[in-house]
Amino acid sequence: MSVELHSVGSAPGLRLTQRIRQIPWSLIILITMVASIGFAMLYSAAGGNADTWMNKQMVRYVIGIGIMLAIGMVDLQRLAKIAYPLYAVAFILLVYVEFLGEIGMGAQRWIDLKFFQLQPSELMKISMCLVLARYFHSLSYEEIGRPWVLIVPTLLVLLPAGLVLKQPDLGTAGMLLLAGAGIFFAAGVRWWKFAIVFALGIAGSVGAWNSGFLHDYQKARLVTFLDPSQDALGTGYHITQSKIALGSGGVWGKGLMQGSQAQLDFLPERQTDFIFTMLGEELGLVGGLLVLTLYSLLVVYGFAIALRTRSHFGRLLAFGVTMNLFLYFFINTAMVMGLIPVVGIPLPLISYGGTAMMTVMVGFGLLTAVYIQRDFRVGRRTSGED
Amino acid sequence: MGRIKQQQQQSQQKVFTRRLAILGALKIAMVSALAGRLYYLQVIEGEKYKLLSDENRINHRILFPPRGLIVDRFGIPLATNSPSYRATLVAEQTPNTPATLEAFSSIVPLSERDIARALRERQRTQEFKPITVKDDLTWDDVNAVELNLPDLPGISIEIDQKRVYPFGGITSHILGYVAGPNEKDVENDTDPLLRQPGFHIGKNGLERQYDLPLRGTAGESQLEVNSFGRVIRELARQEGDPGGDLVTTLDVGLQQFAHQRLSSEMAGAAVVMDVYTGDLLALASTPSYDPTAFYRGLTIDEWQELSNDIYGPLTNKAVAGQYAPGSTFKMMTALAALRAGISPDDHVFCSGVTVLGSARFHCWKREGHGSQDMVNGIKNSCDGYFYEIARRVGIDKIAETARMFGLGSAEGLDLPGEKPGLIPDSAWKKAVIGDSWHPGETLVAGIGQGFITATPLQLCVMAARIANGGYAVKPRLVRRIADGSQNDEGNPVFPSLEVPENLLKILRTGMDMVTNGDHGTAYRSRIDIPGMEMAGKTGTSQVRRITMAERARGVIKNQDLPWNQRDHALFVAFAPVHAPRYAASVVVEHGGGGSAVAAPIARDILIECQRRDPSRRNPNAEGGRREMP
Repeated sequence: MSVELHSVGSAPGLRLTQRIRQIPWSLIILITMVASIGFAMLYSAAGGNADTWMNKQMVRYVIGIGIMLAIGMVDLQRLAKIAYPLYAVAFILLVYVEFLGEIGMGAQRWIDLKFFQLQPSELMKISMCLVLARYFHSLSYEEIGRPWVLIVPTLLVLLPAGLVLKQPDLGTAGMLLLAGAGIFFAAGVRWWKFAIVFALGIAGSVGAWNSGFLHDYQKARLVTFLDPSQDALGTGYHITQSKIALGSGGVWGKGLMQGSQAQLDFLPERQTDFIFTMLGEELGLVGGLLVLTLYSLLVVYGFAIALRTRSHFGRLLAFGVTMNLFLYFFINTAMVMGLIPVVGIPLPLISYGGTAMMTVMVGFGLLTAVYIQRDFRVGRRTSGED
Repeated sequence: MGRIKQQQQQSQQKVFTRRLAILGALKIAMVSALAGRLYYLQVIEGEKYKLLSDENRINHRILFPPRGLIVDRFGIPLATNSPSYRATLVAEQTPNTPATLEAFSSIVPLSERDIARALRERQRTQEFKPITVKDDLTWDDVNAVELNLPDLPGISIEIDQKRVYPFGGITSHILGYVAGPNEKDVENDTDPLLRQPGFHIGKNGLERQYDLPLRGTAGESQLEVNSFGRVIRELARQEGDPGGDLVTTLDVGLQQFAHQRLSSEMAGAAVVMDVYTGDLLALASTPSYDPTAFYRGLTIDEWQELSNDIYGPLTNKAVAGQYAPGSTFKMMTALAALRAGISPDDHVFCSGVTVLGSARFHCWKREGHGSQDMVNGIKNSCDGYFYEIARRVGIDKIAETARMFGLGSAEGLDLPGEKPGLIPDSAWKKAVIGDSWHPGETLVAGIGQGFITATPLQLCVMAARIANGGYAVKPRLVRRIADGSQNDEGNPVFPSLEVPENLLKILRTGMDMVTNGDHGTAYRSRIDIPGMEMAGKTGTSQVRRITMAERARGVIKNQDLPWNQRDHALFVAFAPVHAPRYAASVVVEHGGGGSAVAAPIARDILIECQRRDPSRRNPNAEGGRREMP
């Protein structure tokens, strides 16, 4: 009953100057290190030309850092308040590209806003973290034990994931599902419920496979993932060439701009989805492990922030965006190494392109905001009041 | 706030922390899996993938080895390679392919067909690969194109090797020609060269017979290519081994002479052979064909015209033409009789007609030759004499002797398409025709008619074995291959046929009388240059049956018959008569009488042969010579 309507200590207790002083510079240094490796790879991917990709990517990076810091200054209370409206916007846009986009834009997954492309599924990744953090924040541990309170958040995850899967974007749908499941798990949803969902999921996938919900090319990707040699010149070509490139890199790599697989066009999408392959070919095992280490440090950083934060909303938000980052780099690297199917997920901060960069930068911005306000509480019910 | 709420928050935080620890551990495991996978791919499997990446990157291009030359016995080239200039176009280097083709056409005219073919090839070719605009440019064309290159973006001149036959049709039946391999060739041969566009293999004649040594082995160029096959740079280059040269036994001067001399008639063949070594100095067959036409590719019309030509330009008549030997076979009948113990001095009376049962056999001389012994029988080519001795000896003995002298089976010459001819006997007739041998057929066979056929090459070998004292000389066309797989160190040694010399001498005397005896059948074609005299034997073989009625009316003269019903004219010879060195045979298809048509040709060829090169009789060559009694 008596759940507090006003947050304790949630008052905008920090002035802007105080917040600026709190900016986690070590996080920015880590991000910059990863991004710099990306610049070097883009320079190499263009055969030693900075204009082709690297310079544009640097501009994006600078803008991204700016956005990150701007979001980092936002009050947590405010973030909690816009969670539902933002989710609603993202959801409407998803529906828009699904139903209107199909007609007018082919299989296009983004909305062209002249200056940049808005990809609703990316917006959804962020707003889903926010909305789930917001929802679970308002529940006590006991309440989470009640099955019916999980109906709403489950729909909050499944509806957008289903729309994205229909687009069709297997990778992003998978990321939404896994990130959602991660937040459910961190929020304390009971183990056995995961077991049920897992069983239902298996049954659902079998059903989807047989019902024609998946496109033929998606099925083909799954099949060639299981046996790439079946189709060495078609869909399996990506995986095979990627493994050749990675493997031929050896321990020390062939050197920047010396990767024959990448430089001679055997490697598809070398500047975007397969940039880690090129990195592995040119910088070897050493370069690959360095990148994995840097990403792991970023994840550890995010976890540390989540653990140190007092508000449940902040904890779950920090965990959610960190989970997102982890999924991004794990899916991408596992995919180019041939561990999972090729699903078209870029390597954040390194792959050429602004979309993934913006998503993780906004995520780092949220992480920064949580970090700065780690000792403040957020009200259980933020709507209406304040 | 209350304690309950605080407890709730604490438990919430505890759960969160615990769950994060679990997830953290899971993530550590997952990242470790990634690192392990990297280690597996890059270190454990690294070498394998390095190889695969090189296979991707490196394109092995086959380099054509230059084809071996074919030369005559004096080193005069018969088949050589010469550069051929080809204009090519790389589409990506020109803003407008049709416009460039048009500009090219204003310098070197292109036909509509050339342009259409080039545009079609362009459709099928990646834009950075050259397409052929025009083949086989003249040197003037090349200069004109080079001069105008600035106006011809994308055009360049490439140099290919083409096969050249300086003597053209004169040697085409011996050398054959080269052309692109067909599907069957590729199937039966694993040489990667055959899978290269523009590579040619020997398709006929010596080019085919000795294709492997002439071909050489492929070189290889390692090129770095990108995934579209564009060449980035050459990494390594290994030249192949050029093909070995082929030294033939031919004397191309004599070959040329024989060919031209034969060309006075519609169709025929002439063979000249060294009676001791078996070296073929000339092997002519007319009419002949232009080998370069096959090289560049015949149109269907051209092919039809060649293959339907009644004079048979595509057939090498010297080895594949099978003719009834006619009277040139009489030496075999005579020798069979001698070996059977019939005395050469036995006389046979020729009245012009020989009767056997109800059948009548006519001598070519209506009124008959009167009493004839063996030498005179040969000299006069008296059919009556040979009917009689053939009847006495029987077909099987005649056949046995003929086979000893090279008739009835292929000589094993290193040339494709050699035919075996036919020497019949009673067993053969039983087996093949299914009928028993009639005595009358023996008479016909005795004068080289009926079932008997022989090639000009076989007739030459027969003459050579008579001339060389009965050694089983075999003909050959190739003295040496530069790769060492065959060489002419020392002359080949042939086994004796074990025919007593005195018997062969009777044949030689008879042949001497044919040309040099007064009223010999080829007396008019004798060689009267001292030391060059030839001995020979005429032959005229009927290709049609003369009926009783016609014989009664008077046999129709050859010139009144259509060409393909006229008699074949044949002549076999050797020279010099007292120290034989060369044997020759001449067949003129449907030429008429052997003495009138074939003998003069043989005479001229043997004069030319002996005149051409006395140095051929050098001490080394003498070494192979066998003693003559």
